[in-house]
Amino acid sequence: MKNNSINFKRQVTIKLADVKLQSALSRLQSRFVEGRAAVISEISDFEETRTAAAAIRDRVLNDLEHWLMHFEQQATARGAIVHWAETGADVNRIVAEIAVQHGVRTAAKSKSMVSEECGLNDALELAGVTVMETDLGEYILQLAHEAPSHIVAPVVHKNKEEISDLFAEKHQLPRKTGIAELCREAREILRPAFLNADMGISGANFLVAETGSALIVTNEGNGRLVTTLPRVHVAITGIEKVVPTLEDVTTLLRLLPRSATGQSITNYVSVLTGNKNKDDHDGPEHFHIILLDNGRSSLVGSEMQEMLRCIRCGACMNHCPVYQNIGGHAYGWVYPGPMGSILTPLLGGLEKSPDLPNASTLCGACAVVCPVKIPLPDLLRKLREKQMERGMKSRRETFMLKAWAWLALHPPVYALATKFGVRAMSLLGGKNKLLHTLPGASGWTDGRDFPAPEGLTFREIYQRRNRQ
Amino acid sequence: MNAREKILGRIRNAQARANGAAVAAIAPRTEAVASHLALHPRGPLPPHPDNLLARFKECALKLSSDVLETGDRKEVPTLLARYLNERNLPVSGVCWPSLAGLPWSAAGLDMQPRPAKNQDLVGVTGAFCAIAETGTLMLLSGTETPATTSLLPETHVAVLDPRRIVATMEDAWDLLRREYKQPPRAVNFISGPSRTADIEQTVTLGAHGPYRVLLILAPA
Repeated sequence: MKNNSINFKRQVTIKLADVKLQSALSRLQSRFVEGRAAVISEISDFEETRTAAAAIRDRVLNDLEHWLMHFEQQATARGAIVHWAETGADVNRIVAEIAVQHGVRTAAKSKSMVSEECGLNDALELAGVTVMETDLGEYILQLAHEAPSHIVAPVVHKNKEEISDLFAEKHQLPRKTGIAELCREAREILRPAFLNADMGISGANFLVAETGSALIVTNEGNGRLVTTLPRVHVAITGIEKVVPTLEDVTTLLRLLPRSATGQSITNYVSVLTGNKNKDDHDGPEHFHIILLDNGRSSLVGSEMQEMLRCIRCGACMNHCPVYQNIGGHAYGWVYPGPMGSILTPLLGGLEKSPDLPNASTLCGACAVVCPVKIPLPDLLRKLREKQMERGMKSRRETFMLKAWAWLALHPPVYALATKFGVRAMSLLGGKNKLLHTLPGASGWTDGRDFPAPEGLTFREIYQRRNRQ
Repeated sequence: MNAREKILGRIRNAQARANGAAVAAIAPRTEAVASHLALHPRGPLPPHPDNLLARFKECALKLSSDVLETGDRKEVPTLLARYLNERNLPVSGVCWPSLAGLPWSAAGLDMQPRPAKNQDLVGVTGAFCAIAETGTLMLLSGTETPATTSLLPETHVAVLDPRRIVATMEDAWDLLRREYKQPPRAVNFISGPSRTADIEQTVTLGAHGPYRVLLILAPA
């Protein structure tokens, strides 16, 4: 998928004015945020489980080379073929080659954000393979030629009416209005796609090193269908998704669905190991696993390594006041919200996403809900520091930050400046005690008034108290 | 150099830099990996339920599964026939070969002991075990236990021995390690009927898999 995060600010203005989007986003908050809050109390010690989960992820990341090699060895021993891809383009090439090798003409695909990174569908269509998205949300997006706006609920930005119109137009069937009817229609249209596909394409939520398995969590059952019916299965995932043992992955599974959708467990958890046996009636004859780097290895051992703990639950975006107001498309690439504001610059280049590290109030909600305890605000701050060090900030911002730094390092001048500043602002605030404009901060005052300060500065009050 | 060597090389160098150590210290790390695999320690666990069966039923119902019980496995077809008739559902379908011996036709049911095809509307399976913590079934794929039976039909019926209910998924893995050398091609954990909330975050039962899951608890 093309990285369009350079246009973040322009997109934000559009999204804030989009009434339909705003009402769609409010649903996300009520279902996912409240759902999560209700279900985490089921775990007697949620904090302890989060700490254990972070430790599991760190164990792998601190020794990623060995865990990857062990996974590869186990998977290969069971008959899977493991491929390594440096870039998204390499993934596309490898999948196209597998398609040619096995005479594949049609593929059924379950949701995979890594495949969105690669732009796999377009590449396969070019290679002559018809690809059908089968996750309901992704299927809707494929019909509408749109990108996902959330990593768990990809079509959260669309309402029922839009989907009714889309189905009526594309399916050439009478327009359905109920959600259950729409789901039934999609099921009936997609069933033949599962049955006829030569190849099933999926992601993998985790790779289990102990057994060489790919683990997939789904609710709809499409993940099971695409990995059971077609004669070839290709699973695509990032190199960081390895987990040591079945016990370790079980700890993570207590957190992933709870954090993502407020479910104690997803409807299906499938642990897939190797090809079908000779006498089996179902299962793929060929199982390919593609491990994508795409910049991830550059985070290993760096101050940003904690980002690789991410298990893609989406809780950070569900709880983010910025995401809640602008939705996922504004972020311009596959991963939105706080985790995306870090991953997109890290994987795609900080210079291409200058606004994303700043698209946060640093309120800390994301770090509080993260099931693997990624210090997201700290990582955003580190990216901002990098922007400053590399001179990537605008001249005005650099000047203002330097002026502030100088002031902060000269306490008497600071005291004097604030003393007069506060009084001047108080006067300008007038009867309503509100400032409509502030020189140099129009970005702030364009959208809201600045409350004028009242009374004395903190230093003045502090001194006065000390005297008493 | 191929992609594999490049990626692993980058990781190796980055980790060596981060640890301030030479790349050479590989042996102790391989050992650490091996010992973790051998011990496969458990993470924090939920408190063990007083009554596995009660806990399992409670969680299964919460996940929208239906639950029936009988003390006699031969009664399973009668219970199923009543369940299907009450809901005006078709009375023919497929079952795992291991269940072919139950008196299906005496109860007015036609259950073929073969893997499910697209047009089959009822699929009857057994289960490797079940997990009380979440009300989940654990099914292993195999020649005699086809995965399609629990997937393609609109109604999935699982006949489960209540003695095969374990507390947690960790217990299920231990059971698997005890009874099999390695996991089969597919281990499928099933927690109720398939569902989607993709349209307006509204939960709808019956997405691409079964619309309903009936659990019949009957000792083997």
